[in-house]
Amino acid sequence: MISLRHFLAMGGYSFYVWSAYGITFAILSYYAFASIRNYKRLQRRLKKLLAQQPQ
Amino acid sequence: MWLWINKFAAPKNFYQIAGTIIPWTSILCALLFLYGLIGGLILAPPDYQQGDAFRIIYVHVPSALLSMLIYISLAIAAVINLVWRIKLADIIIAVSAPLGAAFTFLALSTGAFWGKPMWGTWWVWDARLTSELILLFIYLGVIALRAAIPLQESAARASAILLIVGIVNIPIIHYSVAWWNTLHQGETLTLTGASLIAPAMLHPLWAMILAFICYAKTIILIRARTEILRREKQSQWIQAFLRN
Repeated sequence: MISLRHFLAMGGYSFYVWSAYGITFAILSYYAFASIRNYKRLQRRLKKLLAQQPQ
Repeated sequence: MWLWINKFAAPKNFYQIAGTIIPWTSILCALLFLYGLIGGLILAPPDYQQGDAFRIIYVHVPSALLSMLIYISLAIAAVINLVWRIKLADIIIAVSAPLGAAFTFLALSTGAFWGKPMWGTWWVWDARLTSELILLFIYLGVIALRAAIPLQESAARASAILLIVGIVNIPIIHYSVAWWNTLHQGETLTLTGASLIAPAMLHPLWAMILAFICYAKTIILIRARTEILRREKQSQWIQAFLRN
């Protein structure tokens, strides 16, 4: 079994490999998070507006 | 067929169908990422020339591919929008352009992190890199154009025309490595012939590509639903939907 240190070292390319993966997953997860948050926020706002309106 | 498309393209139906699809594409996306990351980072052996730096391929190639796939889809949506005036096409364009720009940016930046150890430079005015940078500018142009034109219909038409004109850049990106022999390496994947990569390296790459496609689909569906809510908030069905 390969050790964790060996894995993290990436054969000496750790900075480049982890930077590339880091920037990719940072952007993808932020974008997913923001998309869900925007949807929920808008839904909540519209519901509130609707509740204030008479039926 | 036509009826079916029209029915699907009605915001109400799309909103509901998207709502049922989203959980499934999310799960599929997570599983594909899991397989792709384990396969790509742990199981695949280091490359005999590039060592472990080649592992950047698993985020670089899918990003670059998606930047072009999204563009092609948007150009098709632009034609549909101009010819048949389908509202949904413009909604898809509005929500996908920023995602396309994000993938283009990722393709360029992961490429830079790959170029530095392999070529000794972050950036070079190579044909592939330059045409991909132009793609980023086209995406930003579409976003800026939409933001600058207040009237929704004019914004839709202007951005559709820009998208259609900009499609000439896509074959340039694709064939640039064959036309100009510069720093960027040639094609790794081919659908028609044998790919120039070992199976243990190839399978995670396909998994990552599919994971990125699933991710993009999920995000576009979520954002399209948000946009439909925003645009159609006065309509009966949305009010009924929100009430229960």
